[in-house]
Amino acid sequence: MRIAALAALHGPYIDYASLMPFMILAGGALLVLLVGLLGSLIRERVVPVLTLATLAAAIVDEATRLNHPASILSGALAVDGLALVLDLVFAAAAIAAVLISLREVAPRAAGHGEYHSLLLFSVLGMAILVSAQSTVTLFVGFELLSIPLYVLCAAEFRREGSLESGLKYLVIGSVGSATLVYGLAMIYGATGYTQFQGIAATILGHGHHAMAGGLLGDPLLLTGLGLALVGFAFKASVAPFHQWTPDVYEGAPTPVTAFMATATKAAALGVMLRFFDVAVAGASATWAPALATIAAITIVVGNVGALQQTEIKRMLGYSGVAQAGYMLAGVVVATRLGVNATVLYLAFYLMMNIAAFSVIVALQQARADGDEISGLSGLGRRDPWLAWSMTIAMLALAGIPGTVGFIGKFQLIRALVDGGYTWLAIVLVIGSMISLGYYLRVAAAIWMRSEVPAPGAGLASAAVAGVGPGGLAPIAGGSPEADAALDGARSGPRFTEVTLVAAAFAAACVGFGVFPTPLFNLAAHAGRALFGLL
Amino acid sequence: MTLSILIWVPLALALASALLPGRLAGRAAVVWSAVALAIAISFLARFSSGVAGLQFVTDDVWIASLGIHYKLGLDGLNVALVVLTTVIFLAATVWSAFRQWERPRTFYLHLGLAESAVLGAFCAQDLALFVAFFDLMLIPFYFLTGMWGGEQRVRATTKLVIYTLVGSLFMLVGAVATGVLASGQHHTHLTFVLSALHALPLSHSSQVWIFLCFAVAFLVKMPLVPFHGWLPDGYKAMPIPAIAVFSAILSKVAAYGFLRVVLPLFPYATVHFQTLMLIIALVSILWGTVVAMTTPDARMVVAYSSVAQLGFIVLGIFSLRTQGAQGALLQMVNHALVTAPLFFIIAALAARAGGSEKLADMGGIAFRAPVLATLFLIVTLATLAMPGSSNFIGEFMILLGVFNSKLAIAMVASVGVVGAAAYALRLYIRSMHNRVGPSVSSFEIRPGELLPLAGVAVVILVLAFYPQFGLQRSDATVTAEIGAVRLHSQSVYAQRGPTSNPPLTASAPQAAIGGTNSGSNTP
Repeated sequence: MRIAALAALHGPYIDYASLMPFMILAGGALLVLLVGLLGSLIRERVVPVLTLATLAAAIVDEATRLNHPASILSGALAVDGLALVLDLVFAAAAIAAVLISLREVAPRAAGHGEYHSLLLFSVLGMAILVSAQSTVTLFVGFELLSIPLYVLCAAEFRREGSLESGLKYLVIGSVGSATLVYGLAMIYGATGYTQFQGIAATILGHGHHAMAGGLLGDPLLLTGLGLALVGFAFKASVAPFHQWTPDVYEGAPTPVTAFMATATKAAALGVMLRFFDVAVAGASATWAPALATIAAITIVVGNVGALQQTEIKRMLGYSGVAQAGYMLAGVVVATRLGVNATVLYLAFYLMMNIAAFSVIVALQQARADGDEISGLSGLGRRDPWLAWSMTIAMLALAGIPGTVGFIGKFQLIRALVDGGYTWLAIVLVIGSMISLGYYLRVAAAIWMRSEVPAPGAGLASAAVAGVGPGGLAPIAGGSPEADAALDGARSGPRFTEVTLVAAAFAAACVGFGVFPTPLFNLAAHAGRALFGLL
Repeated sequence: MTLSILIWVPLALALASALLPGRLAGRAAVVWSAVALAIAISFLARFSSGVAGLQFVTDDVWIASLGIHYKLGLDGLNVALVVLTTVIFLAATVWSAFRQWERPRTFYLHLGLAESAVLGAFCAQDLALFVAFFDLMLIPFYFLTGMWGGEQRVRATTKLVIYTLVGSLFMLVGAVATGVLASGQHHTHLTFVLSALHALPLSHSSQVWIFLCFAVAFLVKMPLVPFHGWLPDGYKAMPIPAIAVFSAILSKVAAYGFLRVVLPLFPYATVHFQTLMLIIALVSILWGTVVAMTTPDARMVVAYSSVAQLGFIVLGIFSLRTQGAQGALLQMVNHALVTAPLFFIIAALAARAGGSEKLADMGGIAFRAPVLATLFLIVTLATLAMPGSSNFIGEFMILLGVFNSKLAIAMVASVGVVGAAAYALRLYIRSMHNRVGPSVSSFEIRPGELLPLAGVAVVILVLAFYPQFGLQRSDATVTAEIGAVRLHSQSVYAQRGPTSNPPLTASAPQAAIGGTNSGSNTP
């Protein structure tokens, strides 16, 4: 009897070939974790290489699939243009994060296997999140993305700032997740579906649970939408749910910050694109004004907040808030152009931020005040490679022509004007004007101010004890890893892999700023995935 | 030879010469700016005058998905300005080559980038390309001011950049909106090519707000009152070659933007805002004249005289008469040719007055420097628009145009002509004659001062004897363009329906300006 019932209940057909992007990442993560158990010499050399190989394999696999979108696992996941393009962004961010953390404290403190494995699991979570076709897979991806990041933020567990950052992110992130799952549950209650297609049809009044005239104005659906929006907003650091961003960015190990700033933002905005522009697109009359208002608030809050910062990671945190507002504007218009513009900007955002964060990593390895804006003074003389990379990153973020920032803003403004949101385009531009105040301050520090001696450069004991620029007291027991990192790198500029990453991404900022067509074509896959061929 | 070569030669050669040792950087810069001048002159020689349309057109798709073309071309509006740019940059690099600069390779690299960006802005025939070059040309000046400037340079350069980029970002919105709305209202593919946009006139309400976006960008860049907040700090802090180029050329890009973009694309708004623009120009003339007559700082005399002169140029453009616009174009050239040498002269004066640029510290310099005094006198007489100088013809044509359209404004503007004589002579007399200043130790002109000054002075004299040189080349284009705008304004008044879509009666002359294939294109 039981056996007969089980036999009748056959599971879904699984197309393992189409599942490859996920399997590569999951397999790689497990393998890295196991290899990490081997002797210290092996794991320090092999684990990063294995991680890079996994990511490279994932990139190759994703790139070959771009023209063959597939829906897998009974429609729970879609490996389509939007997902694949964003997967490429996540993988690129992860590769950069691995490269710039080679000499960092974090992987050694957390254990190489764990650090890199968590990074890969996070990438897997992001891939699932942006592929999700139902609220269930969406939430699975959301959590798989977040939990490894909570740990990674606290990877330098001997440093108080890192622990604080991890704990803060855990608490805030959990609140966000709880809000999201509550909202998704309400949407299920209102529509009777977890699949996006079913939700979309029911809202428009086509599904079999539907009332005539659809669900517009249904209080349960509206509450659900509002709660889900809050959940996404936490993750994408959209105002007024952004307060954690500068604190977590500041405290987390810089390579982790770089990864979070770029990949997490791409994942959160990617899922918002799919959720708002597809699943609940029918109810856009209710959410679009709210989302547009939030985008405008985010742009203003982020830019104004960044103006007062003296710590460069905090500044980039606020700048990331503002840029999230720009990209959210592309979600608001809910057109193919809007999707293309947001995805394009996400790719550009990756280049600009990785370049900037890599420079910060290199500076932190050389100086104790590497993450202060004043610590950049005289960089133009000290290390032209880093100076030019940072300058280009800042000019690109400010949207100067000849860089990707200009093209990205151009396309966003076009999508906004085209979609009838000219006022939001004006807000975007006003935000960009405010942003000049802080981006140019960095450029001015690099080129126009003479070098100030690093605080504590003379006081070797203070540096060795690990007193950070923020004056954080060292935790009892000190940090042998930090000592080694500080001692090893005090000898003038060196062209390391960190400089290489910074220079490569800065070069991409200029290269794709002048010849952006390849990325336009890539982003067009995303728009096609959501809105079909027009 | 295509225009691309002209545009990119300065940047490419400046990049290449950055590989040379630093002590050769100055000489290399003179070479690349001379090469650019030679190329520009070769285009001028092959330019055919009687043609209204574009010549030497380069047209490639740049960003297909945005409909942005890499389209360059010369016509009567920009041919003289392109040559002028290369002349002024050569003068600036020659002046710089005789002096020592910290980090010389970076210095000349920024100058090369500036020249490429300015030439690109002048030649661009695609709205998005124009905006890109217009914004790009600010970046080298940010660094030139911030790294090699005087006191308070970081504050000044930040102020300069924020002021001008605020304007530029409004222009960016305006430009995107122009393309998107034009293609949306006419149901065509998105395009930013100027000649294509001529054929897609915007609705009146769109024209009005987009006009304001562009006007803010251009007025800040020039600058005119009340958009000149960055000017005192910026001009004080800039190094001499940067300020010479900025005042001579970058302000002209903005004035040129009105002729190239605003008048043809937004004819309704141009007529709508004509009086407002004329009043802004008039206020700038009076304000600039008064400050130039009273400021104790020699550099500020020239700075505010530029405000007044640019007021005249805008006055001429918005007279919406052919003579006025022709005069404005001529005056753009004239003003550039006097303002750049004036800044070199101020540097020479400061070198003889113990480093001070205060008029009170100067005086009696002519006594031991007769050649410098002669050159200075030539430039001064040109500045005050002495009859016989090309400036006189320029101001005369501008005022003629305004007299024909707005009599009262022309009467008041004439006061500015008298004021120019007052401040130009005040600068000359207070520095060169009068009692010898306390810390003045004058000496005869040095080669590093003579070469750039004499070169530009020769061009001033040539233009004084032969002003048709510029006028005959721009005549056909300007006549077609102003004709199109005026035809439009008349049809608006005839129709009495300002909210309806603009009539297409003006399309024939518009096509003449924008027409790329007018049959006379030389490869």
